Amino acid sequence: MSLTVIYTIATLSVIGTSAAVILYFVAQKFKVYEDPRIDETEKALPGANCGGCGFAGCRAFAEACVKADSLSDLNCPVGGNETMGSVAGILGFEAHKKDPRVAFIRCNGTCNHRPKTSNFDGASTCAIAASVYSGETDCQWGCVSYGDCYYSCKFDAIDIRAGIGVPLILDDKCVACGACVEACPKNLIELRKQFPKIRKVVVACRNEDKGGVARKACSVACIGCGKCEKECKFDAITIANNLAFIDSDKCKLCRKCVPVCPTNAIIEEGFPPRKIVTEEKQECSTT
Amino acid sequence: MLKTFKVGGVHPPENKLSADKKIEVLPIPKTVFIPVVQHIGAPSTAVVNKGDVVKTGQIIAKSSGFVSTNIHSSVSGKVKKIDLSPDSSGYPKLGIFIDVEGDHWMEEINRSEELVKEFDLDGPQIVQKIQESGIVGMGGATFPSHVKLVPPKGMKAEILLINGVECEPYLTSDHRLMMEKADEILVGTQLLMKAMNVEKAAIGIENNKPGAIQLLTGKAKHYKGISVVALKDKYPQGGEKQLIKAVTGREVPSGGLPIAVGAVVSNVGTVFAVYEAIQKNKPLFERVVTVTGKEVKNPSNFKVRIGTATSELIEAAGGLPENTGKIISGGPMMGRAIISPDVPVTKGTSGILIIPETEAKRKPYRECIRCSRCVSVCPMGLEPFLLMTLGQKQIFDRAENERIMNCIECGSCSYTCPSYRPILDYIRFGKAKVGAIIRTRKK
Amino acid sequence: MSNLLTISPSPHIHSGDSARKIMFRVVYALIPALLWSVFVFGPDALRVTLIAVVACLAFEYVIQKYLMKIKPVITDGSALVTGILLAFNMPANLPWWIIVIGALASIGIGKLSFGGLGSNIFNPALVGRAFLLISFPVQMTSWPVNNRSGIDAVTSATPLGIIKEGIANGTPVSEILKSLPSTVEMLFGENGGSLGEISAILLILGGLYMLFTKVITWHIPVSIIVTVGIVASAFWLVNPEVYISPAYHLLTGGLMLGAIFMATDMVTSPMNPKAQMIYGVGIGLITISIRLFGAYPEGISFAILIMNAVVPLLNRYIKPKRFGEIKKQPIKA
Repeated sequence: MSLTVIYTIATLSVIGTSAAVILYFVAQKFKVYEDPRIDETEKALPGANCGGCGFAGCRAFAEACVKADSLSDLNCPVGGNETMGSVAGILGFEAHKKDPRVAFIRCNGTCNHRPKTSNFDGASTCAIAASVYSGETDCQWGCVSYGDCYYSCKFDAIDIRAGIGVPLILDDKCVACGACVEACPKNLIELRKQFPKIRKVVVACRNEDKGGVARKACSVACIGCGKCEKECKFDAITIANNLAFIDSDKCKLCRKCVPVCPTNAIIEEGFPPRKIVTEEKQECSTT
Repeated sequence: MLKTFKVGGVHPPENKLSADKKIEVLPIPKTVFIPVVQHIGAPSTAVVNKGDVVKTGQIIAKSSGFVSTNIHSSVSGKVKKIDLSPDSSGYPKLGIFIDVEGDHWMEEINRSEELVKEFDLDGPQIVQKIQESGIVGMGGATFPSHVKLVPPKGMKAEILLINGVECEPYLTSDHRLMMEKADEILVGTQLLMKAMNVEKAAIGIENNKPGAIQLLTGKAKHYKGISVVALKDKYPQGGEKQLIKAVTGREVPSGGLPIAVGAVVSNVGTVFAVYEAIQKNKPLFERVVTVTGKEVKNPSNFKVRIGTATSELIEAAGGLPENTGKIISGGPMMGRAIISPDVPVTKGTSGILIIPETEAKRKPYRECIRCSRCVSVCPMGLEPFLLMTLGQKQIFDRAENERIMNCIECGSCSYTCPSYRPILDYIRFGKAKVGAIIRTRKK
Repeated sequence: MSNLLTISPSPHIHSGDSARKIMFRVVYALIPALLWSVFVFGPDALRVTLIAVVACLAFEYVIQKYLMKIKPVITDGSALVTGILLAFNMPANLPWWIIVIGALASIGIGKLSFGGLGSNIFNPALVGRAFLLISFPVQMTSWPVNNRSGIDAVTSATPLGIIKEGIANGTPVSEILKSLPSTVEMLFGENGGSLGEISAILLILGGLYMLFTKVITWHIPVSIIVTVGIVASAFWLVNPEVYISPAYHLLTGGLMLGAIFMATDMVTSPMNPKAQMIYGVGIGLITISIRLFGAYPEGISFAILIMNAVVPLLNRYIKPKRFGEIKKQPIKA
């Protein structure tokens, strides 16, 4: 009996050893040379594979960085300047500083601002709802609130706020990878310049309808009246197609445009309160 | 054995509630809203201004390209405004509002009901006239008819197919038209045959309309080259490719047009409009619309001026039932749910279907049980379950390889799915995305 | 809210057929065979079926609720079908605890470990049966005698088992057959065996009902039966003294049960007719190979499990005929 055991062990050892030898030679023969800097660069990246850089993942981005002549066109929005600095260090390039950005949903059409005029009943994704018709409210530009952005976010930076009608981007978690920008069928999400303390002054509306139509559909719609444009001393505000837009690269956060807006379409965030504002209670009947 | 297409198909309950109702002429409404996009292709350009006085049949929007059509005023009166208003797509569209004053027609329109059989126009003149009269495919696709009648270079039409199938449940407008205007349709068919220079024409009718088959078969004997083909009841037989397969046995190549197998398909409504345009000089500004639904008091077929609000039709059919949950423009399988009863009737509106609240909502869906029913009912030989998953997961390159673009959106898969999955929703989404990818690739 | 119109993409109507209705049609199709087994084996058959069904439903509920932490759906009928099919694969005198273990293997391993109805790769009832057949070979292969055939014994093997043993001992087939029920008797269910496999005619009846109500298509059962028939005939014609007749092959050993109810399980069978035919032929070939050359007297359950594993591959590479992709156009009008 013991002989059997010994034979078994011996046979297995011989098989194992010969397999190892074969594998060693095969591995030598088929070895693929890769620039070791690719691995190093990849290590320096966040490793989220979010695709915010425009490449298929961190590895693809690392390969692109190694191949590139300069880093001016390449940016990892997640890691920001710090990561790109270390990548530049690894590859011996000059680091290009880029302003950090943060995503913002340009719609404030929550259920108490925008009355519902129909019920959507189909596959619950924004893309499909938007392809069927203009949405559950009379505003054809605004959020359809099925959360495609929420599902596209790999950083848990979007609160879907079910029942309220518009998701909320959590600024402290947002890395501006741009996945939600791609996902939104209504093109509501914009990557804006990130100011200290994530302060912002934004026109939270995309409605290009004429004033009356827009206002009827939503109480906080931009009606394109142009008051903010006149108020702005930095030429940061432009009006096109009945819609105001604040260029975050020009905006100086003076906040003068906010009080002049007749529909409260311009919102400010991250500032100390000017006066005591009663927190608007956002609660809607869910259907 | 009746002819039909081979692969797939379903047979939903027909519910042709208004099949025996004669076509009634709906009174002219007080105002109409005529969108400038009522067809596939480039939007027409409005040629009237606010305050202009127009006559019935006058051109109010001109075609802005080859794949585009003229749009004519359906009433006489004053242009109130040119503005945006939602149409059946659910999006606001540019259109012309006209306040009705009397009913003054353009002088050249022959308003008698008398049948005119002889015609002295030649082929190109007929096509010209069709183009001027703003005729589009009236089965619902609204593709400008004159484009179809001019085959691309190197292709020759051999047979003209007239679509009298009306495989959508509930709808009866084509059926009634065949019953009441049989001769006009046959003359119209001859006009189209002449326009395309073909010798043969076949009118395909489903077997659930024995009256129409009998009537047209009898009358077709007196018209050269026209035959009537009875077809087995099966949805989506009214689909162009399915109809060609059913009648001629030819398969339109994937991605190709019917002309590739020498066939051109036209709806009976379109043929009737062609007859009126050429023999009566009357452009397309009214059409037959079925107003129906299980709860509707008086399901009817109306002859309606384009631009009339849907609510007027519903009123005439006995009013909007209390428990209405959904209003559909078109049939239940391929029609669009409309957002309010104010949207206008357009050239492509074949019916208004009112669905009660209890049937309006879909049931919650669950996982695919891989029963393969969607595969067996797909008339295009696709695998809907797979296309849905690919659409959901956004794997568009594979979806393209699985021929997602072949889908005709007939809805048989969603109709039959025992797990109530929104298969077609995701396929449509995938199609849109894949289509965009293909277009960017071509550029 | 009720005055708001509902907007949804087309189609706006539904056939009304649900997974639950389909499952219950399978149950109805199984009832004649079940009644026959109760008639033949007495209350024991009912006992086995009940234990299997209750155990399957209970495991489905408990696992979904406490392990998968989802809302249990036991009313869809799928666990019921699995339970009945599992019972149909068991001898009537099986101890209750073996049945419960079988149910656990079916539902737990065969179905829910893959994610539940629709996600499983193998037919759950067959996973349970294979598990039991390997774990408890003695209990699973000693069938109570078919009371009506009048042989005075407590347990016996199935006809196929007897034949296999006989052939192995060198007895000519004609000798062995003398002690066994005739083909006609077997058609009507006079042979011994598991609960559900004894009456071919009632199984075919159930199959026709399912075919008529569109629960199954003809492709799988027909391709299995034809394949087994052809191969068995070929061998039988070569040497009828060593190989039994094709009729015997078709009517015994759960071939009908397997071909009509098990192989056609919608979750684990291919998704288009062409692939279904290949799948059916594969099952037929493996079945007959196991029966003629393998160690087990019957092989349909293993054949189905093996082909189940091939299904994803078939789905990936065998595509239905696409409309509009043919080379030659018939010219007629």
